[in-house]
Amino acid sequence: MQIFDKGTIYDFMGKRWIFFAMSFVLFFGSIVLLATKGLNYGIDFSGGTLIQVKYEGNAPLELIRSKLATNETLKNANVTEFGSAEEITIRYAGSSDSLGSNPGEVVSNLLADTGKFEIRRVDVVGPKVGSELREKGIMAVAVSLVLILLYIAVRFEWRFALAAIFSEIHDVVITLGAISLLSIDVNLDTLAAVLTVLGYSLNDTIIIFDRIRESVTESKTIKLTQLINESVSMTLPRTIMTSITTMLAVLVLFFYGGDMIHGFSIIMIVGIIIGTISSVFIAAPMLVWFKFNVTNYRAHLADKERNKKEKEKIRAMYEKGTV
Amino acid sequence: MRSGKITYRLVIFILALIFGLGFSMPSFLQSQSGHKISLGLDLQGGLHMLLGVQTDEALASKVKSVASSIRYFTNKNDILVDSLKIEPDAVKLTILDGDDVKKINEMLKSIKGLDVKQDALSYTITLTEQEKIDTQKYAVDQAVETIRNRLDQFGLAEPTVAKQGEKDILVELPGIKTAADEQRAKDLIAKAAHLQLMALDDKRQDQAQSISAADAAAYGDVIYPDVKNQNFKYLIKDIPVLDGSMLVDARVAFDNQTNSPIINFTLNAEGARIFGDFTGSNVGKRLAIVLDGKVYSAPVINERIGGGSGQISGGFSVEEAHDVAIALRSGALLAPVKMLEKRSIGPSLGQQSIDQSMVALAGGAILVVLFMVIVYGLAGILANIALVVNILILVAIMALFGATLTLPGMAGILLTIGMAVDANVIINERIRELLKQGQSVSVSIQRGYENAMSAIVDSNLTTLITSAALYAYGTGPVKGFAVTMSIGIIASMLTAILGTHGMFEFLTKKIENSKNTVLWFGYKIRKAA
Repeated sequence: MQIFDKGTIYDFMGKRWIFFAMSFVLFFGSIVLLATKGLNYGIDFSGGTLIQVKYEGNAPLELIRSKLATNETLKNANVTEFGSAEEITIRYAGSSDSLGSNPGEVVSNLLADTGKFEIRRVDVVGPKVGSELREKGIMAVAVSLVLILLYIAVRFEWRFALAAIFSEIHDVVITLGAISLLSIDVNLDTLAAVLTVLGYSLNDTIIIFDRIRESVTESKTIKLTQLINESVSMTLPRTIMTSITTMLAVLVLFFYGGDMIHGFSIIMIVGIIIGTISSVFIAAPMLVWFKFNVTNYRAHLADKERNKKEKEKIRAMYEKGTV
Repeated sequence: MRSGKITYRLVIFILALIFGLGFSMPSFLQSQSGHKISLGLDLQGGLHMLLGVQTDEALASKVKSVASSIRYFTNKNDILVDSLKIEPDAVKLTILDGDDVKKINEMLKSIKGLDVKQDALSYTITLTEQEKIDTQKYAVDQAVETIRNRLDQFGLAEPTVAKQGEKDILVELPGIKTAADEQRAKDLIAKAAHLQLMALDDKRQDQAQSISAADAAAYGDVIYPDVKNQNFKYLIKDIPVLDGSMLVDARVAFDNQTNSPIINFTLNAEGARIFGDFTGSNVGKRLAIVLDGKVYSAPVINERIGGGSGQISGGFSVEEAHDVAIALRSGALLAPVKMLEKRSIGPSLGQQSIDQSMVALAGGAILVVLFMVIVYGLAGILANIALVVNILILVAIMALFGATLTLPGMAGILLTIGMAVDANVIINERIRELLKQGQSVSVSIQRGYENAMSAIVDSNLTTLITSAALYAYGTGPVKGFAVTMSIGIIASMLTAILGTHGMFEFLTKKIENSKNTVLWFGYKIRKAA
């Protein structure tokens, strides 16, 4: 089967303003969302207690709420359905730090006559651990961005690194915006998903950049927009194929993965779409913004090549002992 | 049919296949013995706890034990002490006779890690900074060791007890099923098991029920409640005669008269000597047996007790006596632990998570495999063979290194499946491009791999960099995810790049002879016009 295999060169650069405008709206829309609605921190990051209860038959939400209201700490607990009408989660901010008390048991006693149920999960996270986890999460993202920046700057050129990082930040912010919009709980699993999105989108970007680098030496044109159009068009079959296979895997996760990784898979779906679009329409065109110069880079690559040849020659001579 | 060319690539790939198959089998077939992937608590159910060690308390008790030593020394050498007091982080004492200064100084010098300030006959003794650091570190290490010993004796399957960061301890107990088991395990871990033998303040015991803690402290006393009746208080000299660090054994026994469980304990030689000396010179007075801040009994000393053994009676059920004895045997916690994080996952939820992710994993893999065959024909099949070997190697390596498979780890594997074919997609697209330019099959394959290499290497390396950052700063599931992703990427370099290349090289002649590029690459060569 052949997809996009006619060798057509599409005019991506001509359309870049449309996508820039769209990205602009999404990006700043996300920032506004994050500033106003904010993120829904799960107990991993905010500290607190989460109890997951599964009923035989539908869970009587109102009855449960009224029973819990009789207890001082559980009065303000947040009771929501989880995945199905049979399963609920109870969340509240407090986390007792004494080893003796058992919130699962307390809840189990309170709900004793609300039906047949089973306590399936009890998570208690102290506030100190919560803030520590949050700091570490931010550190993980920051450190990996800096390392990637360095790697690309060395392997390509600083403008490539800058363009890649901008498009990464773009992806992460929009993904966070979606998390805020859909009120997905931010917990450690969610963080793992965001980081995967980052890795996936970076992969896409690098493969396109690699093709641009190759085209600089091989194509006759010195017009950057034309060069980018050629490179992106040539990598398009790959971009689409890989997006499809990854998306297939993630969709299966979304439909059959169960409630525990529901949030994870939604984030991945949004991230794959945004990541693919941004590599094609944001990262590559950004090179134009940063005034990437084809002639200079061509000279730079030629220099590099010459140096390499020179070194090989010297090594060869050295090995033969003719220095 | 002519035989194909066997290159080093193919050989390495076949070795990798054998390795993957051999070491992944025990994980797939649970009956077989060997290294298996261990399942995270989110998949098998159990109790996960993060405990914080309150190291400040360890410092306080260190200061207290210094005070005990000083008191023992001054009593023994008949040095007259005007006052001996414990302030939160210092011991203060004043002696009456200047002739004793030399003796005291020598004695203090023999205890390491002390910072002694002397003003005429008054001393202020604190711990040095280094000693504080050492004490705190020791408290954490000792707590890890102690908790591990206790859980081992409790008889749980594969408990994990590990230090995390500077002051925290991670405890994982797979297979804890009922709330009662959970409670018992928690009690056992948290039990300070701090045994102290202390002198009762006989002169002031009458005031014990009404005195305030501050007033008691002014007399150098502390107030402890009775274990059975919390309202009944004892007034006790705050510097203990002995503490549990001198204990060598503790066993459950039964009282001859009441038949209720008691705990017999044995002290080491030094403890026995101190105990003998103290009981010998305090006949008629009362000795309180204090465990974790509660008085279990306060018998009157009838005679000198030599031999260094004693008993704790009162207030135990058989099970409790058993757990207390375990706790005493494995040593007191130098510092109490505090629960920072606790996650318990019921076994049914764990099973459900496994089932669902297995369905997702199988479903995702089948879809990706089918898609590759539809798009790339036989080249897609080669990519799929590489993918299967990739998964086998991933499982084998995780099993060999004892890595833990968590729920996000499962999602990570699925994602690896989606992205693992990426290298082959890039390579196959390059081969198609070259075929389109009219290159021969063998040249297209060779140059297709060469052209694709820089993109694959760059993208894999950046992903590895991200994984490393995740591993360094991540915790729990994020770490598991990073491990799975890194192993997956490294394995895919072996399978998707080397492996498929080797297979192509083996088949090149056959492909050239068949001329049917649609079958082989899903791509029909159009004759260049």
